[in-house]
Amino acid sequence: MVLLLLILIPLITGAFSFAVKGDAAKALALISTTATLALSAYVSGANFGAPVSYDHEWIPMMGTRFSLLADGMSSMLVLLTGIVMMVVMIAQINKDVEHPGAFYGLLLLSQAGLMGVFLASDALLFYVFWELALIPVYFLCSQWGGEKRIPVTFKFFIYTFVGSLMMLSGLIYLSLQGGSYAWADITKAGAALPAASQHWLFWLMFIAFAIKMPVFPFHTWQPDAYEQSPTPVTIVLSALMVKMGLFAVLRWLMPTVPVGVEYWSDTVVVLSVIGIVYASCIAIVQTDIKRMIAYSSIAHMGLMCATAFAHNGVGMHGVMVQMFNHGINITGMWLIVSMVEQRWGTRDMTKLGGMASSAPQMAIALVIISLANIALPLTNGFIGEFMMFNGLFSGYISNHTVMTVLAGLGIILGAVYTLNMIQKVAYGEKTTMVVAKDLAINEYISLAVIITVIIFLGVYPKPLLDLTSGVAQMIVK
Amino acid sequence: MGNFSQLVYLVPLFPLVGFLINGLLWNKMPKSLAGIIGSAAILASFCVSLGIFFEVKSASFHEPVIVTLFDFIQSGKLHIPLAFQVDQLSSLFLLIITGVGFLIHVYSASYMSHDEGMVKYFAYLNLFVFSMLLLILGANYLVMFIGWEGVGLCSYLLIGFWFKKREYTNAAKKAFVMNRIGDLGFLVGMLLVLYNFGTLSYKEFFATLGTSGATMPPATITAITICFFIGATGKSAQIPLYTWLPDAMAGPTPVSALIHAATMVTAGIYMIARSHVLYSLAPFTLNIIAIVGLATALLAATIAIFQYDIKKVLAYSTVSQLGFMFLAIGSGAYTIAVFHVMTHAFFKALMFLGSGSVIHAMGGEQDIRKMGGLGKKMKITSVTFLIGCLAISGFPLLSGFFSKDAILTAAYAHNPILYALGVLAAMMTAFYMFRLYVLTFRGTFRGTHEQEHHLHESPAAMTIPLIVLAILSVIGGYVGIPEVFTHKELAFNEYLGPVVKNFGIHEIPENTEIMLMTVSTLASLAMMYFAMMKFRKPAFPESTGIAKVLENKWYVDELYDAIIVRPIEAMSGVLDRFVEKMGIDGIVNGVGKTVKWGGDRLRMLQTGQVGFYIFIMVIGMVALFTLSFFWIR
Repeated sequence: MVLLLLILIPLITGAFSFAVKGDAAKALALISTTATLALSAYVSGANFGAPVSYDHEWIPMMGTRFSLLADGMSSMLVLLTGIVMMVVMIAQINKDVEHPGAFYGLLLLSQAGLMGVFLASDALLFYVFWELALIPVYFLCSQWGGEKRIPVTFKFFIYTFVGSLMMLSGLIYLSLQGGSYAWADITKAGAALPAASQHWLFWLMFIAFAIKMPVFPFHTWQPDAYEQSPTPVTIVLSALMVKMGLFAVLRWLMPTVPVGVEYWSDTVVVLSVIGIVYASCIAIVQTDIKRMIAYSSIAHMGLMCATAFAHNGVGMHGVMVQMFNHGINITGMWLIVSMVEQRWGTRDMTKLGGMASSAPQMAIALVIISLANIALPLTNGFIGEFMMFNGLFSGYISNHTVMTVLAGLGIILGAVYTLNMIQKVAYGEKTTMVVAKDLAINEYISLAVIITVIIFLGVYPKPLLDLTSGVAQMIVK
Repeated sequence: MGNFSQLVYLVPLFPLVGFLINGLLWNKMPKSLAGIIGSAAILASFCVSLGIFFEVKSASFHEPVIVTLFDFIQSGKLHIPLAFQVDQLSSLFLLIITGVGFLIHVYSASYMSHDEGMVKYFAYLNLFVFSMLLLILGANYLVMFIGWEGVGLCSYLLIGFWFKKREYTNAAKKAFVMNRIGDLGFLVGMLLVLYNFGTLSYKEFFATLGTSGATMPPATITAITICFFIGATGKSAQIPLYTWLPDAMAGPTPVSALIHAATMVTAGIYMIARSHVLYSLAPFTLNIIAIVGLATALLAATIAIFQYDIKKVLAYSTVSQLGFMFLAIGSGAYTIAVFHVMTHAFFKALMFLGSGSVIHAMGGEQDIRKMGGLGKKMKITSVTFLIGCLAISGFPLLSGFFSKDAILTAAYAHNPILYALGVLAAMMTAFYMFRLYVLTFRGTFRGTHEQEHHLHESPAAMTIPLIVLAILSVIGGYVGIPEVFTHKELAFNEYLGPVVKNFGIHEIPENTEIMLMTVSTLASLAMMYFAMMKFRKPAFPESTGIAKVLENKWYVDELYDAIIVRPIEAMSGVLDRFVEKMGIDGIVNGVGKTVKWGGDRLRMLQTGQVGFYIFIMVIGMVALFTLSFFWIR
């Protein structure tokens, strides 16, 4: 029942929000996300006992049930969604958007979809939530986005929708083989398929998820979409939605077509590693902070994807941890970018400077979050990255040393573009024209939450590791 | 006597608390209080370190003590605790770091008192000491790595402390990135160790090496040692990753003394000394280390001779001295390298702080061409600086004499050519140091009248640390009086003996040893004299030829720029513009356009004329019939 509430609260408040005007919409969104976060925390806490589940009849003639299950990975992602959405709402308190009722309503609907994606243990239900999470985002991006929002949203829509359909056809095929859409039936049916079928099924579904993550070379929708979306939407996209792709790989692809996965792992690892180096290089020459972070995120997802396909217990555990931490850190990055844009009116690094003098609190937050983003020890980013490198290096892939070292180049290049950004944005003389205000109280709180998580999990990662260790071992086995 | 080893967590805890107080209250804390809190934190750590040192030294101490705080990373078979190891090696480094660190904190309280960012400065400085202590105290490589990157971060923050100047933040960035290149080596080294041995804990790893190390494939051992050494070249500024250190002088001078001379840059030496069991299994790597160390010592010394910035001379001198330490390590004399770490910490910190005192008096001027004759106005600074110069040049019976001769002797035992080149580097050291001393403190003043008017000795908070360090520079070597004089083992080696075993040191005859010592000492003394004479009446003509190349640091920065930095930037630009936007995205858009184009064409079929539809239908049926007839049976 708790799991159902996790979906229902954002769904109902989201729908209701359309009827609300002005600040009441913000308040509603804040209350709703707070309640959801409390429930997510409860689910994660409960997960140290037995997994929580919910099951109800849905459409029996299609062999599909409304069944939800929160194991370690699901609870972790649900908790991440809860934290990120609430932090976003806190940061939004002093921001104005047009038609707030619709804006926050769509965000909450998307949250409902995300919760469902992470919890569904029925393939059709999973697909429904997948679309429920995406569709509000199209509207948000096309209505509240930047100048080039229409063509960008169109591309984003077509691209991801093609992916969704590929996934759906794969899932329908599997359900016909297995007799129902239940996770257990789907995976059993898939694993029993002959190798040839597994190969094409693998690509059918992998491309769908690869677009979402995104994996090189399916990534080009992403920097544009991040750049053009309003910040809360960018956060939902980059902190949460890209996790849908990776989550789907781990939950719905790996156990379903094991032979295909094993056969194509090397290819995926190579693509991902190329993506790391390629995206890091491109990040170096970006001058728009949003685009830089977008490419940096592609590099990070590349490492996660490569490690996921290296089939190593420690590595997989690292991927879990990093899914959470990447979500937290990139949320922090975007929050600061939006504050910069609000105050200085630009995201162009070459025109910025002097934040450390004019808004020192913001600069401190920027430095800490950036350092977490480049995985400095004692920040949360390090734990996952170390475990992932360990997994990649000991993984079942060809040329594991070369792959690890190439992926390791990302560490160096990451330092280059991140420090470049800090230097240009935070250091130097003040840009005189603008009188910039330092953090407002709600912004302070939102960043403080992020930084607390960064440091706490960086020093004491045990809770997160314990939560996800069972799932990680299971996937690899 | 209390059980101090169990309290080892207090040593890093005090600076951490100091950092948190100053860091969280950075905009509320009064400046003077920040200095007191920062210094007191280090003093407290020093006191605990002293207790630990004497406990380790006592006869009752046998085994390294490992204090585990909590599980850091636990996943399947991988188990890495956050644990500290107390033994002879770590306790010695604790004393150097907290002792020299405390003096530099006290000095800073006065030196930085006019700076608006003083609270932030002390927060960073405490954070640095905390990280450095983690590096030293870790009982496994991961904890060392945490400290390793942590000190890199603090170095970055402190080099770019005056963040408004772009030049300074460039230097900070360079330091961080170059260190990260080394860190990747360290990381891969750790992955190799984990892969082959399943542990990162020193105790377990070295125990396994001790029992089965000889049967391990040499390639594996060599790979691990090379990876770790790459890490060391970054942190300890060796070829090819040394160019960040001279630029790092952009930071406040006490920072240069603490981080970029006495402590952080010796982390590479510590790492290899800590891993001596591993390195002794890899003679090939040791040879590489000896060569790299010696080459760095020579290269940096040649550059130092032609620098005019007081801090740059000292910076290249540090690079050169670190090269000496690696020469010792490469010769298998790990304890001697650590010995030189200690004496170098004394005299190099002394000289950096002395240069800070000079820069302070000169109102920020660092060019030695505009100095001269400062000795008359700044007695304490001048005398203590001279002691530092004598110590580093190997003047008999000062600390540098003992440690440097020990290195040269070890190098001779390894290979006489190493000795000969080492002496050459030592001669250059004596030369550039006395060039620096004479140009700064002797002769007549060459700056402006205004500067001359302002010349003054620094306040006691700055001169007392100078005096203490000068005393240490004089007596610090007596823990390592050579065997030829005492006929027993070096006290220093005896102390470190239980944890650090030297490798492949041949005994050399006493007469040879005395002769080697005499040669190197006389050579250095001659160079001191030569420099004193040459720069008594200095002239600074425009340099030409080789001098110009050296003044420009062999153009190594320009070379790196041309062969690494700019190509990467150019390639990234090409990737962004052509591969990304026109290539991949072009294909994606192309697919989209093709579909649209196809759709437009197909739309033509919807003519709305029923006759046409029937025609198409008939054609389709015929086609299907034909197909089923021939293909599908």
